[in-house]
Amino acid sequence: MSLYELLIGPFVDFGFMRRALAGCLALSLGATPVGVFLLLRRMSLMGDAMSHAILPGAALGYLAFGLSLGAMTIGGIVAGLVVVFAAGLVTRASILKEDASLAAFYLLSLAAGVMIVSLRGRNLDLLHVLFGSVLALDNNSLLLIASITTVTLLGLALLFRPLVLECFDPAFLRAVSRLSPVAHYGFLVLVVLNLVSGFHALGTLMAVGIMILPAAAGRLWARNLPMMLLLASAFALGSSVVGLLVSYHADVPAGPAIVLMCGLVYFASLLAAPGGLLAGRLPARKHLES
Amino acid sequence: MQPFAPPVIRFDNLTLGYERHPAVHHLSAAIPAGALVAVVGPNGAGKSTLLKGVAGELRPIGGHIHLPDLPRGGIAYMPQRSEMDHSFPVSVFDMVAMGLWRELGPFGGVSRAQRERVGHALEAVGMSGFEARPIGSLSGGQLQRARFARLVLQDAPIILLDEPFAAIDTRTVEDLVHLILHWHVEGRTILTVVHDFEQVRSHFPTCLLLARELVAFGPTAQVMTDVMLARARHLSEAFDENAPECSVEEAA
Repeated sequence: MSLYELLIGPFVDFGFMRRALAGCLALSLGATPVGVFLLLRRMSLMGDAMSHAILPGAALGYLAFGLSLGAMTIGGIVAGLVVVFAAGLVTRASILKEDASLAAFYLLSLAAGVMIVSLRGRNLDLLHVLFGSVLALDNNSLLLIASITTVTLLGLALLFRPLVLECFDPAFLRAVSRLSPVAHYGFLVLVVLNLVSGFHALGTLMAVGIMILPAAAGRLWARNLPMMLLLASAFALGSSVVGLLVSYHADVPAGPAIVLMCGLVYFASLLAAPGGLLAGRLPARKHLES
Repeated sequence: MQPFAPPVIRFDNLTLGYERHPAVHHLSAAIPAGALVAVVGPNGAGKSTLLKGVAGELRPIGGHIHLPDLPRGGIAYMPQRSEMDHSFPVSVFDMVAMGLWRELGPFGGVSRAQRERVGHALEAVGMSGFEARPIGSLSGGQLQRARFARLVLQDAPIILLDEPFAAIDTRTVEDLVHLILHWHVEGRTILTVVHDFEQVRSHFPTCLLLARELVAFGPTAQVMTDVMLARARHLSEAFDENAPECSVEEAA
């Protein structure tokens, strides 16, 4: 097998591979930067929680309109936003911290989702929601993912400075500006949008993988935020390409292959990066003068 | 301090507290414009609570805090325990430059002139050359200097400092006191929680001695007397779970 057949052929010969690649490119540019901020806000696991929260919305859309892209997307976004804002309100108004209130709402949401799914009886189609179908992205799904990425990049550009401050010194942001809640909720909206865009490609269970894993790997290498964003997106895209190729050649599901590749990058970074496991255990290089 | 300057901050029978338990109890005092006030008192006396109240982070449960009309950011507040996430990948320059928020807003770029001002602020706290360092790599004292540099750029008429000298070496304290005295000369109103009586006596012209209730407020020499300090120590600092409702008149 030539190098061309190994690396390029699948994308040239098959439209579905090209669509998958385009979808992954969009996710790497949109969802991964959002994941970087999730990681820096110490909300990595909350991304996971929220991905479950969108399930009942998608399931309701499915129940009412069948396997319709629009209905499931809107349902997912609405359910995600309801959970996020309800949890946010509870956090700001009660003594419960964000993780506790979010956990309460997402568990309820997940239970409602499973209940709704089981009402329909025949759940096979819904595997699409849980595990995605990156190799079966149609034009509309692709357009949706690309649109969400566009909105995300614009939103992050607008929110960038308040969001960075909200992450590393929220008290200061509250003191100098009214934008603290704007940054907080604006960011959560972006998280929900990207989880929905991610579930079309990778499924609700694995959408968070392409957000958090490249971000964590990037954090291990980068000393500043722009570099971290750049590295994370590059890692995500690289993992996507390799994951798609592995899936093609080895005939395994694409979504898990992509996320596993992200995991490989993460473990490699964990070993090699200056912020990783080995850095502190290697024999020390001669120290500097000052 | 001008003797007839109008008060900028007036506490009017102010009670601040948590879950109905007062931490600052029926405090009435007027802080003149441009005063440099040391807020002194034993642990649990309500010093930090008072600053939080002025900063607007805590709503009074009785009485009022009268503040002059200031734009947002007109009160610079440096809390004792910073909420800052030191592991965040941001450089000293970027952290300090955010003191310019009132000028930059969420979108404005940092001009060459503003860059120079950030440089001057870092110079004023003895942190030149640290611009590119991540904040996570700073020592406690260096971080405190950087926070002061950000305060310099905030350029606020009212400055609240909650124990700015806790766990800081003498030289750093000297530099930071120098900066505070400079702000005082510039006419800013400054409230600082300080524990070291020597520092209070040598640098702060005005003192507010607090032990939940106001013990004394005025020129330092008249406040920091053995009698007053003994009275402050004597006042209980514990919350009584079953305390009866306070019977002091709320009406000012």
